[in-house]
Amino acid sequence: MERSRRGFLKLAGLGAVGLSAKPVFSAVGLGGSPSPKILKSDKALTANHWAMVIDTRRFKSEEDFEPITAVCHKIHNVPKLQNKRHELKWIWTVPYENAFPGKENRYLNERIAELPFLVLCNHCENPPCVRACPTKATFRRASDGIVLMDFHRCIGCRFCMAACPFGARSFNFRDPRPFLTETNPAFPTRTKGVVEKCNFCAERLAEGKIPACVEVSDGAIAFGDLEDPDSEVRVLLNEHYTIRRKQSLGTEPSVYYIV
Amino acid sequence: MPSNKKIYDKGKVIFGLIIFGVLITFPFWYNLGKAAPAPELVLTEKATAAKECVRSTDYMRAEHMQLLDVWRDTVVRDAKRVYINPQGKSFNMSLSNTCLDCHSNKAEFCDRCHNYASVSPYCWDCHIDNPKETK
Repeated sequence: MERSRRGFLKLAGLGAVGLSAKPVFSAVGLGGSPSPKILKSDKALTANHWAMVIDTRRFKSEEDFEPITAVCHKIHNVPKLQNKRHELKWIWTVPYENAFPGKENRYLNERIAELPFLVLCNHCENPPCVRACPTKATFRRASDGIVLMDFHRCIGCRFCMAACPFGARSFNFRDPRPFLTETNPAFPTRTKGVVEKCNFCAERLAEGKIPACVEVSDGAIAFGDLEDPDSEVRVLLNEHYTIRRKQSLGTEPSVYYIV
Repeated sequence: MPSNKKIYDKGKVIFGLIIFGVLITFPFWYNLGKAAPAPELVLTEKATAAKECVRSTDYMRAEHMQLLDVWRDTVVRDAKRVYINPQGKSFNMSLSNTCLDCHSNKAEFCDRCHNYASVSPYCWDCHIDNPKETK
């Protein structure tokens, strides 16, 4: 039998199509079982804009802050590194003039002048770190305004650290694991080469728990929905005069201080 | 035009095709029967007691990486943490707290297959393997 070139190519083409058809058919034909669903937990705490009010009058000295910073760093596997340049911190204390530069008067109230101020990520409404991130590893969660990190995606460029006016971000210059005295297996550690910061305890909010620092503060830190006029934070903001850090920069921090 | 009705040098073309076919399938028949045996996985007591994973064993074997990828993105980005499988059972979408809670034997479960398939996922660089009760 004499086969033409045209006929040969036609057959070869058909054969190729036949080979590639099977995966397509099997993918289309999988409509039988119901598809899985992904939902929010019923227990999760939700808000339109999470905010924090820190009542600095309730703190007297460095010891009062110790349990707060300790619990945060413990549950989030944040190690204590001795080298200042490698330090990792999610929540820590600074003197007044570092927390509120531009607000320091020559004759300052003695209590304020001596008092350490608790500082953490401000979860800004207009976060410069998010704009600086080239991989969208850090983002402001639209549902509740928390500025979060996707550690999986962080490439460690540290643009966010340069962009953050509050120094709220730390970089893992070294593998943090060897420096952890105890680990919390429920929360991941980080690796060398990623940036980390406070996450407003997003993992606890998802289980219906308030942030750990709020829980151990014995009422000195309030947490709630800034857009709900009846929330604890709005009541406090209504009753007291509060200040925020570096407000003139326009990042709109969500952490307020009663002084 | 009768000239293009036939394949020129038919013998050489077919011979060439056969050589090509033999060469391209060389790795398959050369390694025939020499395949390393598939690794045997050890299930923990907890995993054995649960009988089925989040999805069927076949699905998990083939698609767990895609499933974990979806879990990662929806938990981190959309704050949705509850996975309801086609059977209607719900799970906390967490590698650390759900997957590694049952499969707490990384060396005998995860590693065996990953080594066999020559893949090295970096999940455990951050997610702590073999979680123990914290309380």
